[in-house]
Amino acid sequence: MSNATQGFAYEEALLFELSRPGRRGVDLPALDVPDVDAKQLLGEAFRAEPADLPQLSEVDVVRHFTRLSTWNAAVDLGLYPLGSCTMKYNPKINERVARLPGFAWAHPHSPAERVQGLLQLCHELERSLAEISGMDRVSLQPAAGAQGELAGIMMIRAYHEHRGERRHKVLIPDSAHGTNPASAALNGYDVVSVPSGSDGLLHPEAVEEVMADDVAALMITNPNTLGLFETHIGRICEIVHSGGGLVYGDGANLNALLGRGRPGDLGIDVMHFNLHKTFSTPHGGGGPGSGPVGVKSILEPFLPVPVVAQAEDGSLEWDEDRPLTIGRLHGNHGNVGMLVRAHAYILSLGPEGLRRCADMAVLNANYLLARLRGAFHVPYDGAVMHECVLSDRELAATGVTTLDVAKRLIDHGYHPPTIYFPLVVAGALMIEPTESESREGLDRFVETLLDIVREAHEEPEKVRSAPNRTRLARLDETRAARKPVLRWQPEDV
Amino acid sequence: MLAVVGRDDVADLFETIPEKLRWSGPLDVQAAQSELEVERTLTALAARNENASQGGWFLGAGTYAHFVPSAVDALVSRAELTTSYTPYQAEISQGTLQTVFEWQTMLCALTGLEVANASMYDGASATAEAALMALRITRRQRVLVSDGLHPHTRQVLATYLDGLDITVDTLPLDPTGRTARAAVADDVACVIVQQPSFLGNVEDLGGFAEDVHAAGGLLVVKVGEALSLPLLRAPGDWGADIVCGEAQSFGVPMGFGGPHLGFLTGRMKHVRQMPGRLVGETLDARGKRGFVLTLSTREQHIRRERATSNICTNQGLCLTMATIYLALMGREGLREVAHQNLAKAEYAKQRIRETPGVELVFPGPTFNEFAVRVPDDAPQALARAREEGLVGGLDLAAAHGGLGPALLVCVTELAQRSEIDRLVSALAGAAR
Repeated sequence: MSNATQGFAYEEALLFELSRPGRRGVDLPALDVPDVDAKQLLGEAFRAEPADLPQLSEVDVVRHFTRLSTWNAAVDLGLYPLGSCTMKYNPKINERVARLPGFAWAHPHSPAERVQGLLQLCHELERSLAEISGMDRVSLQPAAGAQGELAGIMMIRAYHEHRGERRHKVLIPDSAHGTNPASAALNGYDVVSVPSGSDGLLHPEAVEEVMADDVAALMITNPNTLGLFETHIGRICEIVHSGGGLVYGDGANLNALLGRGRPGDLGIDVMHFNLHKTFSTPHGGGGPGSGPVGVKSILEPFLPVPVVAQAEDGSLEWDEDRPLTIGRLHGNHGNVGMLVRAHAYILSLGPEGLRRCADMAVLNANYLLARLRGAFHVPYDGAVMHECVLSDRELAATGVTTLDVAKRLIDHGYHPPTIYFPLVVAGALMIEPTESESREGLDRFVETLLDIVREAHEEPEKVRSAPNRTRLARLDETRAARKPVLRWQPEDV
Repeated sequence: MLAVVGRDDVADLFETIPEKLRWSGPLDVQAAQSELEVERTLTALAARNENASQGGWFLGAGTYAHFVPSAVDALVSRAELTTSYTPYQAEISQGTLQTVFEWQTMLCALTGLEVANASMYDGASATAEAALMALRITRRQRVLVSDGLHPHTRQVLATYLDGLDITVDTLPLDPTGRTARAAVADDVACVIVQQPSFLGNVEDLGGFAEDVHAAGGLLVVKVGEALSLPLLRAPGDWGADIVCGEAQSFGVPMGFGGPHLGFLTGRMKHVRQMPGRLVGETLDARGKRGFVLTLSTREQHIRRERATSNICTNQGLCLTMATIYLALMGREGLREVAHQNLAKAEYAKQRIRETPGVELVFPGPTFNEFAVRVPDDAPQALARAREEGLVGGLDLAAAHGGLGPALLVCVTELAQRSEIDRLVSALAGAAR
C-alpha cells in the first residue's frame, strides 16, 4: 500500500492493525519495592489476561496521531465559520499558563488554604463573568453549556418549590438549540415550543398565549440562532415574570454582546456561558468545554455547591453549607483548566478589548451577509449580530443543496458553516465568522461561495459529488447507522 | 467594511438592541494586560498552589497523580487536535473520528463490554447518566447504591435524579469495607457499585450480577481508578451491564479536578438508550473505510426533548490524551504500570502493619489506595507528613467519620520507596 494518496496526504491504519507483539512506547523505572503476586493478592478479582491493547513503539504512536491530526480542519488552519460555535482564534498564552504545574498538577482535595491561587483565580473569573453579563453571582462548576443549562433549570425548579409552587412546563422558542429542550426534559419538565414570528423573532403575543401558572420558565437565546437580537426581550421577560416564571438565557451567542449589552440588564434571571465559545478556550475536537452559570440574587441560594467564599481574614474557602442548594453537579470543581485559559483571555482583552471583540464579530457577520445577499436566499433579512443564516432556496433549480455547498467548501479548504440549523429555516447555512478574520480572509471566503453558486448553475454535478479533493469522498452515514460498527474487532468475530 | 454594510459607525450595528437595554459604560474588569503581564499574573497565582509536580504525593480519592509520557502533551498540543470541534463534517474530521473509534475499542477491551461512547463530563456525571440509562431501559423508579461509591459521585447522582420521582437507597458496607449483599427487590432499576471502592477496597463481584438480573435489574459498575482496569477482572466479565467512571489516570493532568474524562460503556442491545456521541465505521463514496458520528437520533440536536441526554460538547481532547496514553503504554506497559501501583501500595501496607501506632482499617485486597487509622487525629498526621514534604492523603472524617481518625492513602507508580518509608513514620508520629 502506498504511504500517501498524493504528496504528503498520508494513509494511516488503525492502532490495532499497526500493532506488533512485544513493542511498547514507554519504559518504567525498575520496581524499587519487593515484587508481589497480583493473582494471589487479588483472588477472584484478578484479571488473568491483559486487556488486548495494541503494541507500538513511541515513534509509531507519534506518527500515527500526527498523521491523524493532518486529516482535521482547525481554526489554526483557516476560517471555521461553524455557526453558534464561535470558532475564534485561541491565543497561545492560554495554553502556556494552563500547563503551569501550580494549575496542572494541583489536586481538587487539597485543603483550601493550600490552593489559594486557584481559589483566587476562580473568585476573579466569577466576578469578571458577573460584570460582563450583568448577573449577580456565578458558579464555575458546570462542565459544558448543556450542564450549565441543567444547573439553571434545576435552580429554577428549586426556586419554585421553595415558594411552594409546582410548575411543570418550560417554554422554548422553535429556533432554540436542541440542548435547551433536552436539558429541561432531563429535569422532568414538559417542553412547550413557542413559534417565532415571520421576522424570525419571538413576539410577546406568542409568549403571552402560552404563559400560564404552570410555566416554570422561558429559555431564550439572545441573539437567537438566526443571528438576530430579540428586540422584544424586555416585554417578553415582563410577561414571564408577571406570570410567576423565570427567564433562562442561553449564553451560546454572548460573543455578540460583549461590552454592548448585558443579559442581566435584559431581564434574564439565569444564564450559562460557553467559555469555549466566547472566551477562547479550545474546542478540542469536541470539548472539554466549560459552562459556568450566572444568576440574579433571587437564585443565589440555589447555586450548586461548593461556591468560593471569602472568610473574615480575607482568605478564600469552599462554602458547602448552603441549605437551599441544588447540590453538587461535578465530581470536583468543574473544568478548571478551561477557567485558567478564560481568565487569561479576559485579562488580555480588558474592557476595551472585550467590546472590540463583539464589534468586530458583528461587523464581520454583517459584512458577509451584505456580500452574499443576492447569491443566496436570506430567509430573515435585517441587521444581524454575530452570525447570519442563508438558505439554499435560490439553488433549488440546480438540484444543489446546502449539504452539497458545504461539502464543496471543503474542496476549497474551508470548514463548512453549521448546516440545516436552526430548524426554522429549510436548508439553512449558519455562518459565524467571529472577530478573528480579516477583511481579506472574508473576501476570499465570499468569492469561494460565489464560485460555488456559479458552479451549481453551470456544473452542478461537480458540487453534488463534493468533496473531490479530500482523502475520503463523501461518507455513507446511512450505512454506519444501519449496521453499527462501533469498535475494531479482529476479522470475523 | 462599514460602507459595504451601510453604516457610519460600528456602534450602529447594535441598534437592534433597544436603547435602554444597551450597555454603554466601560465594563468593570481589570485593564488589559500584555502577554508578558498575563504570564506573570498567572504564574503568581499558580505559585500559590500546592501541587504534585515535586513528588511525595499520596493524595488520590478519585483524582490520581500518574506518570504522563512526554509524547502525550506533545501530540495533543497540535492545533489540528486542539482547535477543531465536534466532527460534524466527517471528511475533514477523520483525525478526531478515528481517534474516538480507537478509544471506543480500547475502552471496550478494558471494561469487557461491547460499546463505549465518546466521553461524558466526568466520572460523577457518567454515573448519573448510567443510572438514567438503566431507569430508561427498565422503566423502573428505584436505584440501589453501594456506600462504597465516591461521596461526590453520590451527591451528583442525587442532584441529577432530584425532581424525577426516583428513590435512591443505600447498600451499606460490611465490616471489611465491601458492599454488603442484600436481596434485590424487583422494582430496582439498577445497583451501582464502585470498583475499587472509594475506600480503596477491591470487591469480589462474583454472583452480584446474577442476583441483580434475577430481579430484573441492571448492574452498573463505576470504575473508581481507571488504572486498576488492566489488573482487575473486567467489570463486563463479572456481568456488569453498564460500566462508567473516570479515566483521568490515562494521561490527563489532575488539573485541580478537571477537565477529566468521564466514560460510559454498555452492551449492544442497549445502544439506543446510551447517552453521548458514538463513532462508527463506514465507507466513503469510493469504497474507502472512514468514520462518522452515528446513531445520532438518540441525541439532543436531532431528538430535542426526547433525547437520551442533553450532553453536546463532551471531553474530546481529554479522550485524545487518554487514547494516546493507552497507545504508548500498550498491552504490556499498561499492565506493568498497574502492577507497580499494586506492588508499591502493598509495600506501604506492609510497612504500616509493621509500624506501631498506625493500622490498616480494612482487611482484604486493594489496588493503589487504602484506609489507614492514625494514632491521634488525621489533621495532625497530615501536618507531620507535610513537615516531611509529603502530602499524606485524604482525611476521611467528612466522608466516613465512623472510622475514627483515618486517612485514605494513595500510592502510585510515582511514589518512591524512601517517600513511602518517611510517610509511614510520619503518620505513626509520636507512637514511633
